[in-house]
Amino acid sequence: MSLPPLSLRARITALTAATAVLAAVAVGYTVAAADGDGRPAASAAAPGLTLDKAPGLYHASRKGNVLSTPYSPSGTETADGARSRKTGLSCNRFYASGGSAVCIANHPGLSQKTKVTVLDRELDTRETVVVGGIPNRARVSPSGRMVAWTLFVSGDSYASSSFSTRSGILDTRTGYLVKNVETLQLYIEGRRYHAPDVNYWGITFADDDNRFYATVATKGKTYLVEGDMRTWKARTLRRNAECPSLSPDGTRIAFKKRVRKGTQDPWRLHVLDLGTMRETPLAETRSVDDQAAWLDDSTLAYSLPGRAKGTSDIWTVPADAPATGPRLLLSDASSPSMVQGGG
Amino acid sequence: MYLAVGRARPPDGPAPTRTPSPARPAGRRRLTGTVVALGAVSLVTDISSEMVTAVLPLYLVLGLGLSPLQFGFLDGLYNGVTAFVRLAGGHAADRWQRHRLVAGSGYALSTLCKLGLLLAGSSTPALSAALAADRVGKGVRTAPRDALISLNCDERDLGRAFGVHRAMDTTGAMLGPLVAFAILWATVDAYDAVFVVSFCFGLLGVLILFAFVPGRAAAPARPPGTAAATLRQTLRLFHVPAFRRILCTATLLGLAGVGDGFLYLVLQKRLALDVEFFPLLPLGSAAVYLLLAVPLGRAADRIGRRTPYLLGHVALLGVYLTLFSPVAGWPLTVLVLVLHGAFYAATDGVLMALGGPVVPADRRAGGMALLQTGQGVGRLLASVGFGAVWTVWGMDTALVLAAAALGAALVLARVLLPAAPTPADPAPVTVPEPS
Repeated sequence: MSLPPLSLRARITALTAATAVLAAVAVGYTVAAADGDGRPAASAAAPGLTLDKAPGLYHASRKGNVLSTPYSPSGTETADGARSRKTGLSCNRFYASGGSAVCIANHPGLSQKTKVTVLDRELDTRETVVVGGIPNRARVSPSGRMVAWTLFVSGDSYASSSFSTRSGILDTRTGYLVKNVETLQLYIEGRRYHAPDVNYWGITFADDDNRFYATVATKGKTYLVEGDMRTWKARTLRRNAECPSLSPDGTRIAFKKRVRKGTQDPWRLHVLDLGTMRETPLAETRSVDDQAAWLDDSTLAYSLPGRAKGTSDIWTVPADAPATGPRLLLSDASSPSMVQGGG
Repeated sequence: MYLAVGRARPPDGPAPTRTPSPARPAGRRRLTGTVVALGAVSLVTDISSEMVTAVLPLYLVLGLGLSPLQFGFLDGLYNGVTAFVRLAGGHAADRWQRHRLVAGSGYALSTLCKLGLLLAGSSTPALSAALAADRVGKGVRTAPRDALISLNCDERDLGRAFGVHRAMDTTGAMLGPLVAFAILWATVDAYDAVFVVSFCFGLLGVLILFAFVPGRAAAPARPPGTAAATLRQTLRLFHVPAFRRILCTATLLGLAGVGDGFLYLVLQKRLALDVEFFPLLPLGSAAVYLLLAVPLGRAADRIGRRTPYLLGHVALLGVYLTLFSPVAGWPLTVLVLVLHGAFYAATDGVLMALGGPVVPADRRAGGMALLQTGQGVGRLLASVGFGAVWTVWGMDTALVLAAAALGAALVLARVLLPAAPTPADPAPVTVPEPS
């Protein structure tokens, strides 16, 4: 490593040349990247497209475009979105139910923010809330009144720079906004519980717009909690259940259960019968990291990573018949939610 | 042994080991080009690394669809490797007297990791490897770089030299996220462009290092004809009384120093601050650090380094007390961030300026690695303890205990720290040892 020493002038010249080359590479690559990938216009909603007029399976494409695809229990009516209609919305997560919808999207800026947009049945913006974090889950109650979301927050966890989650709820009728549900009075296995590391995620509302279910995590354990908006209390129902999703008839909860330690295929989808508190593993044996969505009382949809980097596909699996396996519903899609016709 | 002072960069080769510093007017002396070059290397390297740090969570979650579980796993790996690697890097630099080469390898490794992230895709093992290698690079380079600063600078100017370096370093750290988010904004979330630009900045840092930092220290650390520093000799630094006292003090004060994340979290809870402002808090501390690093470094040179180092920790104690006080709203934020920034400005580089001269030049990098590791391990344990107390007894108790611990540590530190550190005795260095 002993090169003959160059003169100061030679070194300055060489470094200047190298800087010019590096700057050219950096700028060139950035310009090329900017050209190749256009963001869809966020506000250009398709004319006349409403939840009532375009019932079906709503989902987000890889680039975040929200589409509506006709769906019947036998599957989507056409192959891969040929008859899909664009809503003109651009969201990282989307969910529609009971005549309203929520779109959560990454809000670029120096600090990580998420824009939560609440839409009415015309898909017009009713309200927007900007909160800190990275989009993760979004849900609307069956009536369309309560909107809930979960975001990842980094830098908040006290142990290190790893993630924690933060969930919020908006009552669209009263405008009551809870930016962080961590203030819930939590009872774990019957005892009032306090800890700074409590995290909530994956809120799903019952049809009375008061009762809700969510995951709470503390000290490395996760629990399924039942929450109550009016009394602002939550109690755990069972251990090891994440991302709950209440069935349309309100009798069962689909959730992901941790079946393996470590990061390799940790979860498996299960359904919990709230009457008997019995849980049943579903025929999907792959690890699902999603809040499953009920398409009807017997079918669940969820996304799994697709073949290409950063893509995902929507799959379905029967909620009660372990005999039939999962089925690919749509490729290059995520955030499934079913909108019934007739409003 | 006093350091030889190199105003210019003499070519490689033996030089007098003991050059009395020329008496100069009390006014401003010029820092050597090497110190400024090292500052520039850190500046562009920090732009490079902070660009990636700023967008990594977004990239992992939205770009790749990774679950936080997987990220938590990556993060643990990320932070676990540094302490050991730092000692290894410091020792290697001493052993071969190749500070620039060892530091440069660290910088180069971290730079290559930016391309690694680009190529790793969503494969968790590949991402872990890239992030761990990045940490290894950071660990390896730190001690040789600080040794280079102290070996290329008049001992009387060490405080200012480290102040200038840390100010430049912090400037880079503050620019990095700006550059990254500008790119994401301009390219509509093209994370690959962020990694490519980060790679370019990293490579520029390596090039500046090899173009403007001499391969050998201005004064050869080891007198000609003596054996290379062995690991045993590095560990024998414990027998240098002044070094032992400084190391014990740094570790002790580290043990009473709660991690930044916790302090910001307490501040956020006190103010019920929205998380969207959370990332701006460290930026506030960094800005204060940036402004005060040079003046406090100069002051340390003039009045002795012990006083600012201790006063810096008094500022940290002030942070704890302010967080516990009834002050509220923006005055609380400003007070906490100013005190916290002042704490860093008065201690981070100053510790190196304090510890450097008492370590024989041929074991400088190893000695600095020991100091950094002692302080770092102390802080890690402090954070674990603080988290545990917070969980069991609550935030206020944790703060009171931390303040009490820091107060006690400060009293001990006042006793332990040598008022005027005696420079290391060159005798142990010259003992030839067959190796």
